[in-house]
Amino acid sequence: MNSEAYVILAAILFAIGVLGFLVRRNALVLFMSVELMLNSCNLLFVTFARQWGNLDGQVASFFVMVVAAAEVVVGLSIIVAIFRTRRSASVDNANLLKF
Amino acid sequence: MTPLLTPLVSGAAVAFWICAPLMVIGALGMVLARKAVYSALFLALVMVCLAIQYAAQDAPFLFVVQIIVYTGAIMMLFLFVVMLVGVDAEESFVEVIKGQRVASVLAVLGLVILLVAGLSRTFVTAPVGLEAANASAGGHVEGIAALIFGRYVLAFEACAALLITAAVGAMVLAHGERITPRKDQTSRAAERMAAYAATGAHPGPRPNSGVFARHNSIDTPALLPDGTVAKESLSDVLVMRGPSADPNELGVANAAVHKEIAASTEGEDD
Repeated sequence: MNSEAYVILAAILFAIGVLGFLVRRNALVLFMSVELMLNSCNLLFVTFARQWGNLDGQVASFFVMVVAAAEVVVGLSIIVAIFRTRRSASVDNANLLKF
Repeated sequence: MTPLLTPLVSGAAVAFWICAPLMVIGALGMVLARKAVYSALFLALVMVCLAIQYAAQDAPFLFVVQIIVYTGAIMMLFLFVVMLVGVDAEESFVEVIKGQRVASVLAVLGLVILLVAGLSRTFVTAPVGLEAANASAGGHVEGIAALIFGRYVLAFEACAALLITAAVGAMVLAHGERITPRKDQTSRAAERMAAYAATGAHPGPRPNSGVFARHNSIDTPALLPDGTVAKESLSDVLVMRGPSADPNELGVANAAVHKEIAASTEGEDD
């Protein structure tokens, strides 16, 4: 199986993640879009690891997963904290820092 | 030596062509679904398919980690937060910036064309494969362990610090400060007596739910002697959800007895 197809799949998934991040308002769905982008990059890491016969790419992908887990934990607790005060998960309503 | 019979397609190719369309559909569904729960489930589908792609690409360790960490932990966390924030919360689809949606679709299409044009024809050689790399360490997981605890041990330690910091941060952020003092038994009793003095509300315990031959659950209203529903016998939440038992039907037996009594008293009058 050629590596090209995987790379193109990763590119398409990344672009869909960007689309979701640009179009949606719900903070949770924005986070899911970010996760999709991270996952597509992981697919690239794994693909390149196999392409060049090198395990470093898989280790990098593992570290990306760890960092993504930490990011999701903090991000979701921020969303919960915002929801508690504003009663909304929409990013349009979080305007307290707006002058 | 070349094998006499080479299969037309490999297992990895079959897995790719089954999973790749599912992944694209799932990703699009995640973006287009109106409710956050559906988005989360679509993303879980994408992640499971991605794990299969890892398995097809000589990465069994990442296959397991993807299933456990992403679909197991992260997606469940997402679903928990969706439950906290409100499953029914649908976002408004009014465009705040005019033409933003069309512009973003066009920009993303451009991004796809750019990436695909740039990345196709990247590889002129067939994949090397990981057999040699795995064999040099004595196995796949052994090879990854040698890298994580060898060359990348500092990054690994930093990840440990990051995870602990994230856990502490989540606890600090999600912890809610109590603004009002906690109500104890004394203050509750004082509140009830104050309400009795002000409005004459009954200070004692409220009536329990109705117990009938065929209904005794907590969402069955109790009936007063005259056959009407005792409103205090139901929790407000259950009242909002709608009654499960029809009070009129519950009152049939009561009404029949009342009618009989009325008839007998009429007979005595004669």
